[in-house]
Parts: sequence; structure tokens; C-alpha cells
Amino acid sequence: MAYRDAMRDTGREVAIHRGRILVASVAVLAAVATLLYRYYDLQIVSYQQFLTQSERNRVRLEALAPTRGLIYDRKGRLLASNEPSQSLAVVVERAGSLPALFERLDALVGLEDDELERFQERRRRSRPYDAVPLKLRLTDQEVAVIGVHRHTLPGVTIEAQLTRAYPEGNLLAHVVGYVGRINQQEANRIEAEAYRGTYHIGKVGLEKRYEQVLLGQVGNQNIEANAHGRVLRVLDREPPAPGANLDLFLDLELQRVAYEALGEQRGAVVALDPRNGGVLALVSKPGFDGNLFVNGISSARYAALRDSPDTPLLNRTVQGQYPPGSTVKPMLALAGLELGLITPETTVPDPGWYSIPGDSRRYRDWILRIRGTGHAPEVDMRMAIAESCDVYYYDLARLMGIDTLAEGLAPYGFGATTGIDVTSEQPGILPNRDWKRRKLGQPWYPGETLSVGIGQGYMLATPLQLANAAMILANRGVAYRPSVVSRVAGQPVPRDPLRVVEASPEHWSAVVAAMMDVVHHPSGTAAAISRDLPYTIAGKTGTSQVIGIAQDAVYDEEAIDARHRNHGWFMAFAPVDRPKIAIAVLAENGGGSSAAYPVARKVMDAWLAENRDG
Amino acid sequence: MAEYERTLSDNLAAGDFKRRNTVLAWLHLDGWLLLLLLSLMAYGLFVLYSASDGSQATLLRQLRNYGIALAALLMASQIRLETYLRWSPVFYLGSLLLLVAVPLFGVGAKGAQRWLDIGLIRFQPSELMKLAMPLMVAWWFSRRGIPPRLLTLLGALVLVLLPSGLIVIQPDLGTSLLVAASGLFVVFMAGVSWWYIGWAVLLFIASFWPAWLFLLKDYQKQRILTLLDPESDKLGAGWNIIQSKTAIGSGGWSGKGWLAGTQSHLDFLPESQTDFIIAVLAEELGLRGVLLLLALYGLIVFRGFWISVTAQSGFARLLAAALTLTFFVYVFVNMGMVAGILPVVGVPLPLVSFGGTSIVTLMLGFGVLMAISTDRKVIAQ
Repeated sequence: MAYRDAMRDTGREVAIHRGRILVASVAVLAAVATLLYRYYDLQIVSYQQFLTQSERNRVRLEALAPTRGLIYDRKGRLLASNEPSQSLAVVVERAGSLPALFERLDALVGLEDDELERFQERRRRSRPYDAVPLKLRLTDQEVAVIGVHRHTLPGVTIEAQLTRAYPEGNLLAHVVGYVGRINQQEANRIEAEAYRGTYHIGKVGLEKRYEQVLLGQVGNQNIEANAHGRVLRVLDREPPAPGANLDLFLDLELQRVAYEALGEQRGAVVALDPRNGGVLALVSKPGFDGNLFVNGISSARYAALRDSPDTPLLNRTVQGQYPPGSTVKPMLALAGLELGLITPETTVPDPGWYSIPGDSRRYRDWILRIRGTGHAPEVDMRMAIAESCDVYYYDLARLMGIDTLAEGLAPYGFGATTGIDVTSEQPGILPNRDWKRRKLGQPWYPGETLSVGIGQGYMLATPLQLANAAMILANRGVAYRPSVVSRVAGQPVPRDPLRVVEASPEHWSAVVAAMMDVVHHPSGTAAAISRDLPYTIAGKTGTSQVIGIAQDAVYDEEAIDARHRNHGWFMAFAPVDRPKIAIAVLAENGGGSSAAYPVARKVMDAWLAENRDG
Repeated sequence: MAEYERTLSDNLAAGDFKRRNTVLAWLHLDGWLLLLLLSLMAYGLFVLYSASDGSQATLLRQLRNYGIALAALLMASQIRLETYLRWSPVFYLGSLLLLVAVPLFGVGAKGAQRWLDIGLIRFQPSELMKLAMPLMVAWWFSRRGIPPRLLTLLGALVLVLLPSGLIVIQPDLGTSLLVAASGLFVVFMAGVSWWYIGWAVLLFIASFWPAWLFLLKDYQKQRILTLLDPESDKLGAGWNIIQSKTAIGSGGWSGKGWLAGTQSHLDFLPESQTDFIIAVLAEELGLRGVLLLLALYGLIVFRGFWISVTAQSGFARLLAAALTLTFFVYVFVNMGMVAGILPVVGVPLPLVSFGGTSIVTLMLGFGVLMAISTDRKVIAQ
């Protein structure tokens, strides 16, 4: 026999073997039963759960971001648009080595340092497998280059989106504002659902104030995607509703005229339509380009804007607070007339200075430095406005007392925000005894009343407040809330009078006539702009001190620092009988009102040339 | 007339059967086993077509694998059992030498050195050991009588542990355990005392803690931890198991339909053509399809047991049972790991997963089984 073991006890071996085969069979059956139980558990017991899970894998609810509402000027010219753009984004998890990828991309399309810097910032805020934007607004050629080399660029995607664009960047940043990427603070505040798929939010200006209506309604679609996130087909779709468009009262061309009229002069121009309070132009200089902020400004560029001594980010029209100077005189005169403290015929002797009875301190009139004497031996109200006589108002202020004086100015909107729909509006300061006690913990001194009487001292106002006051004077008391936006989604914004400043018609006429003399009388402080004037202007100049001048010191323009030079003001409305424009111009450190009223003339010329009728 | 017809058909049927039987016998093939294996292959191709997204190239390559494997089976079944017995030690020693050569001359892939490159082909000596091991241990016992004495048993354990140890250090813990199992099945079938088995199981469990501390590598521990709690690492190691369980579970009783599995066709399922192909089957064909597959595997196993029981020698009985059990362990480990009850080790689903090496090795094993099944007839002649 071939097999040695055949010699052994074959019978016993077979018996043992059969026993073991039996045990093995039982073990195999038990193992099969275990498998069956497991598959039964997965496929029958937990079927619904896993089916849902696999559907959730397959089908993704994707947000469809609404297109943001557009912003138009009063003639339908686009001020804020959405432009299609393509950006390069990287899914970091699929990119392999980032430095190597950046090197290749740099060779292909060029990468700036601040692009890399912002990429890292965005990456910190992104979730795994998000496509993190790296280079925005690719040119067509860059898109083509990336497309050709796509296979060597793992994790790189080209994404199409709409980017907010401001065709008139520098001109309108202070009005329209800008959108920017949603930051952490905003993310905590907003309703997450409404912003699914939206990465930008209004940061300042109209973009912020009208965020709710500009945003629109988010839509949804169910898409089938594979494990790599590639969309295979759209299953169903609920389209987004675009945001509402805004129509402005603002006139782009008038804005441009005002912007250019200021030239290199720091300052502000606010032009209102006295018939409804609509903002025709709102210029703060220097401006800046809102487009810079849309997709994140580099910190270096931001620092340059923020730290510039010219403070371009400051919206001087509503945030800049300056002593209003002599521009308050018409309102004070009207208050004095109404209170019966003066009449149009009342005169005050003017030696070029004033002192409170029983006090030796002399309060100078600005004319003293120029003529060495006062405006005239006796000055009446008309002359006090037309030639901006300080002594007359020192006397009036003393007669009124600070609290009455403040009450007289308050109806014109001083010391309070106007409620305009531009962000960051400041209230200015309209001081009185109570204010000084609260803020400084000090009693009010009579001399301080005199300072406020010529718009100095503690008093501060914004250019918008002065334009607002000009509008109320133009309307003989009727006040509107200033508004940049005229229509939201085609629906007019209600324009009802806010309040009416009551005064007798004779008093209105006397003050308005005096304001006309400012421009039209040869001795008026703004007579320089009356040349070839085809319409009538009622206005008031103002010059306000930046630093306090010692009692006996003389203001010498040449001798002091450019940033300590006086601010020049001019506020006006025209035409006088049927006003169509009310304006305030600030020339910051412009030296005096002569830096301001030519600007106002240019703006009014432009506006009235076009709106002669109606 | 009717009687004549019946006689004729009986004669025809008998003649048919006899002729077929003769052909099969001449080729040293077991008809039932061959039929089951061919059915399994056909089923496998059907599933692979879907798993590969209808790739004809993949299908053709798998057909080629099957062709080579059937040729290997045919060759293996021609060799006489006596030859297997005689050459077992040589085969074993040769495989062992190749395993030793792996760390010295081998080539690595994915951090493990498992392959030998001998110019013409690259192969894993551990695959050879899957066959050499049961042959050797069966040879060992066939010379020393059953049930074995303690010394024989210890000798067998050395034969098992030597190659397993070499495979562990490659490192390939999964294959090492499966190779060891193929040897231990012989030990079990040889009638080792239940006392010893009991002690061995206790020892195995007791050694788990030191193994965890000193032997297992981080990725191996990770696989075990992932098994216990796949949710702990949803995007990493747990991803595969979560996705395969989702695929299986979402198939339900009747499945999503052939070619209609979303998990597999949308690439959520990893390794869907190879180790995880059962998930494709379960997702598209449902529990029904799983039952059919298990039925095929079960019938193959019990046919193997039948061959073992009816074998004519101790060597043949041990070898047939061990080969059959090893085959079943592959089935169990693969289906268990994909369903999330065993750690993920690189074990394909026998004869269904795409890939040449494992199919050829398995079919060689079935060739040996067929050699055993036809051996008694040779003796009977």
C-alpha cells in the first residue's frame, strides 16, 4: 500500500473525522446564521434608516442665492450692479501640497501676497471640503490657462458668481456704501437660513441700511451629487426671489459736479430737494473706492485708508461734526423776531467788538481784523445777516440766554440726527445749561452763550444738518426727513412733512430777504457768486475756528498749520421764490467761506439749468 | 409503444449520464462542485458588471482571470494525491524560503512589503502559503497517526506559527491569521483534544491585551476601534464602513435593482469592485441576492465536506476539510467586515471580487479537492 497511515486504526480515524466534520458543519451553519442575522438586521430591521441615509448621501439640498437688488440714481443710471465674474478656489483637502500648488498657480496666473494672505484668512473660517476662494475676478485668459492645466492642479476649481460692483467707485462710496464678506460678528447676528448661499452683506451706507430689501429670498434645489461632490442632475428647484431695486433721489451728474467742484479741497457737499427732502447730492471728500471692500481689502490697503490724515473713510456729510459758525445767524434772527427781542429795525452799535455789561472782556467781530473797526456805527438785522455781523448776534445771544437760544435752533434739527437713510449719522451738539452740567459737570458761563450765538463754542453740526436747516428756511418752516432713496421695488417712500417751524410770514420774509443780500447785495459776504447769476439765491456764509484764538490774538492765516485753518461754510437755497435746491458746503480747513460758496454756485447752476421749470 | 418509449428514454438518459460522468471522471472533475463554482462565477460577473459601471474591459479581464483559474484547477486536479503527499514538505519549505526572501528582496506597496518580483510576475508568497500550509500540516499528521500525541501537536504548531510569524512582520496581520487558520483547521480535524482547544482559546483571548500593547500597529488598532465605533471618524477610517453599511441596509429585501445602486454608482462605496463588492450586491439585489450567494457558498462548503467524508485516506480527509473550511473563512471574514462586524482586513469575497491572485489560489485549492474526490475512483479501478 502506498499510504503508511493505512496501517493504523482506520475505523477510529474515520469516526473522529466524522465527529469533527459534524462540529465543523455546525460551526459553519452558526457562522452563516450570524451573517444572515447581520444582513437581516441591516437590510430589513434598519432598512428605512439606511435608505434615508443613502438618499441623504445622494441628494443634497443646495441653496440658490438670490441676486442682490440694484441701485439706480434718479434717472435710472446704475450705481450698484452685479457683475458675473469667475474666481479660482481651492478645496484644500484635495490639493495635496499647498505650497507646490501655489507655486504652479503663481507661474500660470500670478498670485499676489495679499491674495495668499486673504486665502489663509478665509481658510480659517471655512469648513472641510469647502472651495476656498484664492484669486478673484479672473480674466478670460486666466480662466483658459487654468482650464488647460487643470489636470496638474488638484483641488482647483473655477467658480462663477455675481460680484457686487460700483461703476462709480470713488464718487459714491459714502452714499451707496459697499458690501463685504460676512464676518463672524455678523454671522452671529443674521438669520442663517436667509443667508444660505450668500457670502456678502451690506457693511455701510445704503447697502447696510437697505440690507433687508436688497438681499432677496433664498431659493433651494435638490441635486444629485456623487461622493466627490460633482452635481449630476437637478431633481427639483425652487427659484430664489431677487432683492428689491432701489431708486434714489440722488442725481449722478449733480453728484459728479459737486465732487469735481470741491477739487482737492477736503470737505462735504449736501444738496437736498426742498420739496420732499430728497438727497440730490451727498459728497464727502476725499472719497474712496467701495469696490476695494467687496471681496476683502488687504490689511495694508485698509491701513493706508484708515491711517490717512485726510480720513477718506470718514463720511463728512453725516459723521463730520464742525462748529457751524455764522450759518446759524438767520435761524437765531428768526427766533429773536418771534420772541419779540428784536424787530427788523432794531439796531446795535458796532465798534468791532462787544462786551457784556459789567465785564471787561472783549468779544471780537471778525471784521475788526480787516477794517480795524465795526461793520457800521449801527447795524440792523438785514446787515447783520448780509455782512455777518458778530456784534449784533453777541447782543442777541445775550438777550436770549443759552437755553432760549438752543430752543430757537432745535426746530431746525441741530443737536439731533435727521434720520437720513445713510449710516453712521452723528447728532452734533446743541449745547445748553443742562447739556453742560451732564457732560462736563460745570455750570454755564454767560460768555459761552456769546460764542454759541455765532455758531462757535460747544456747538457742532454736520453738513447734512446745515443743508437740512437750509431746506427748512427754503420751505419757510416745512421740514422733511432727508432721504436718499425715493423708491423701493418701485414703491415710493412716503414723503410727508415731518414738522413745521412756526413763524410769522413777515419775519420769514425779513430773514429770507437778508439771506438774499448775502449773495445779491454788493456788500454781502458771498457777493462774489452773484456774477451772471440767472436765478436768485438766499444763503449764509460761515467761518468756524478749529482752534481757540486767544482773546487779543489775531488770526493769521499764513502763520498757522494747514490743519488748523478755519473751516469755510456756505448754506443756501435757490431759486428764492420757488426753491428747488437747498445746499450746504463745507470746506474743511478751507480758510473761510470763500472756499465754499463757489462750490455751491456750481452745484446750483448745474441743478437749476436742468430743472428750470416745474 | 409507451413502454418502448420509456425504455428508450431511460437508455438515452442513462447513456447521457454515463458519458458525461465518464468525461468528468476522465478529467478528474467533481461535477457538482464544478457546477456550483461556475454558477458562483456567473453570479460574480453579473455583479461585477454593475460594480464596474458596466465596464466591458473589467469584465473581460475578470473572464481572463476565471479562465486562468479554471486551467489551474484542471491542472491541480490531474495531479495524483500521492504526489501531493510526497511533495508537500518541498512545497512548504519552498514557500517558506520565499517568505523569508520577502523582507530581503521584496518590493513594497502602501508601507508593507508583501511582494516578490521575479521578473516575469510579481506575486505574494503568502498566497502560496495558503495552499502549502494545509498540505504540510496534513502531511505531518498523516505520518504520525490520529489523534495526535502532544509532541506531534507541538510540531504542527511550529509548522503553523513559522510562516504566520513571517507574514505578520511584513506586516499583514489579516493574511497571517488566515494562513494560520488554514493550518489550525487541519489540527482541529486531526482530532486534537477539546481540552487543548479550550486552553488555546483562553490563551488567545488572554494574549489580546499584550498584543494590543506591543504587537499591533497603529493602523491595525485604528481598524479595530473603527469597527467598534465607525461614527468616531466619519471622514477617515470610518467612512468605508459607514458607506458599506448604508449600501447594504438601503438595499432592503429586494434591492434597488441591478445597475441602480446609488451608493456604488455615485462612488460613495469604496473598493466596490474588489473587497467591498458584497455591498454592491446587497444594495442592488437586496437580502434575496445575499441569500442566493450564501446558498451557493453553503452548497460549495457542504460539497467540500462531503468530499472530505468520502475521502479514502487520512491525508485526503484532513486536506479536503481544511481547504473547505479555509474557503468558508474567507467568505465569513469578507461578508462580516463589509457588514461591520469584523475589522477591515484585505480579504476579497471568494471568486466574486475582481482580482486574479485570490481567484487562482482558490481554484488551485478546489483543484486539489477534485483530485481528492476522484482519487477513490482511481483506487476503485
